[in-house]
Amino acid sequence: MAEFLLPKLGADMSRGRLVEWVKKPGERIARGEVIAVIETDKANVEVEAFESGTLEKVLVEPGDEWLPVGTPLAVIGAAGAEAPAPSAGEKPARKPEAAVPAAAKPAPEAPRVPAVPPPKPKPPSKAPPPHAPAVPAPRAAEGTRLPASPVARRRAAELGVDLATLRGTGPDGRIVLADVESVAGAAVAKRPAGRPAPAAPLTAAEKAQEKRARMREAIAAAMARSKREIPHYYLGTTIDLTRAMAWLASYNAERPVTERMLYGVLLLKAVAAALREYPELNGFWTEGRAQLADSVHLGVAISLRGGGLVAPALHDADKLALPELMRRLQDLVTRARASSLRSSEMTDATVTVTSLGERGVEAVYGVIYPPQLALVGFGKVVTRPWVADGEVAPREVVTATLSADHRASDGHRGALFLDAVDRLLQEPEKL
Amino acid sequence: MTNEEIKTKVLAALAAVAPELEPGTLAPGANLRDELDIDSMDALNFLVGLSKAFGIDIPEADYRKLSTLDAIVGYVAARVGKR
Repeated sequence: MAEFLLPKLGADMSRGRLVEWVKKPGERIARGEVIAVIETDKANVEVEAFESGTLEKVLVEPGDEWLPVGTPLAVIGAAGAEAPAPSAGEKPARKPEAAVPAAAKPAPEAPRVPAVPPPKPKPPSKAPPPHAPAVPAPRAAEGTRLPASPVARRRAAELGVDLATLRGTGPDGRIVLADVESVAGAAVAKRPAGRPAPAAPLTAAEKAQEKRARMREAIAAAMARSKREIPHYYLGTTIDLTRAMAWLASYNAERPVTERMLYGVLLLKAVAAALREYPELNGFWTEGRAQLADSVHLGVAISLRGGGLVAPALHDADKLALPELMRRLQDLVTRARASSLRSSEMTDATVTVTSLGERGVEAVYGVIYPPQLALVGFGKVVTRPWVADGEVAPREVVTATLSADHRASDGHRGALFLDAVDRLLQEPEKL
Repeated sequence: MTNEEIKTKVLAALAAVAPELEPGTLAPGANLRDELDIDSMDALNFLVGLSKAFGIDIPEADYRKLSTLDAIVGYVAARVGKR
């Protein structure tokens, strides 16, 4: 029997809110299955079980209270064990305000190796239709779990909207936030004159503002820690991408838009492959020493609409063929922007890659995401006069940079790493 | 298919990648990347949406033609008309 604690889903997480239980008491849980949805300061995260077993008892119910990392949320029995029947005198699950333990156990740290198998990639989400007001749907059968986004569930609970009465307009009929709010808006409009409105919840704009503020606080804490604790060194090099871009153009020209790749995928794969050669840049600084990771899980910096960013992991990026890497990246970006990431994606990144080239900058010297050991940056792909074989010719080039922890590696190895990235990009067909 | 019908579908595909889009406020000649803060992944997902909505493929060489709402509607109208 083990307690399921509120996990620490990244260096910048100190608290979380329980949005919903995906599993019910008595249900079996396979390792890696989503057990609950947690709201952090940065995103809603689907938390996966670290081990198989049976959800015996929930200790905390979903609510608005912020819980410290390490708060026991549930009890999970050993795999194969039957869930005990609740005894007559057994206390019900605590409401969140009573959930903070007197002496919280140490929080489960972000695992240094994947605690769960990499999630099976979902197919890219289908483009949802525009948010027309949701059409009332026939009631779902009792006990049927309705497909709805975590934020839609949460909003529905706040507004007292019964999800079973909605027809979702999201991918595969998933109920999304707009569906809930459109129905709630209609209900408000129908309220008879003179009847007092319930206590006004925060408006969508206020909620968004509050969420942005929380995200900035979380980013601020992690970045300040990084600059305070990590002695960064920075390197940069200009890489000739002409061959890679030509290869990609040729690849894409033969395929429909649904199967095309972005050049960023070549960069990611080159970084992942180069990290196999220079493992001292791939891992974590913990307990006073570098702990190198066995796998290469690239944290991909993804800017969120409305501000802020997350850097979820692309698992085993070094082992994936380019088309599969593209598919997973597309899925990851889509889910990051829909606030639908998984806990393993939030905790497993062993290094971070960021690209600001699309915003016009030629180089980015980033801040390492603690406790990682390095961050690789890419700028804009630009056409420059380039000398090759004694002749000047226009070439497409990109500036690649490395921010690395000087406690774990030296500039010499960092330079060799960037050189390896360059070398790998000269043979894109082998990536 | 009329241009207005095409425009409605184009806006639907845009809203899928930029949910905050308010269709009435989008100037027909505005650069979509700048106006909606669209990056290359959003742009690719938008083009996939267009491709599915209209049953057309969009060669990579044509991407640069698709920078504004007006341009996209005109492009799609020409492609749909040719089928």
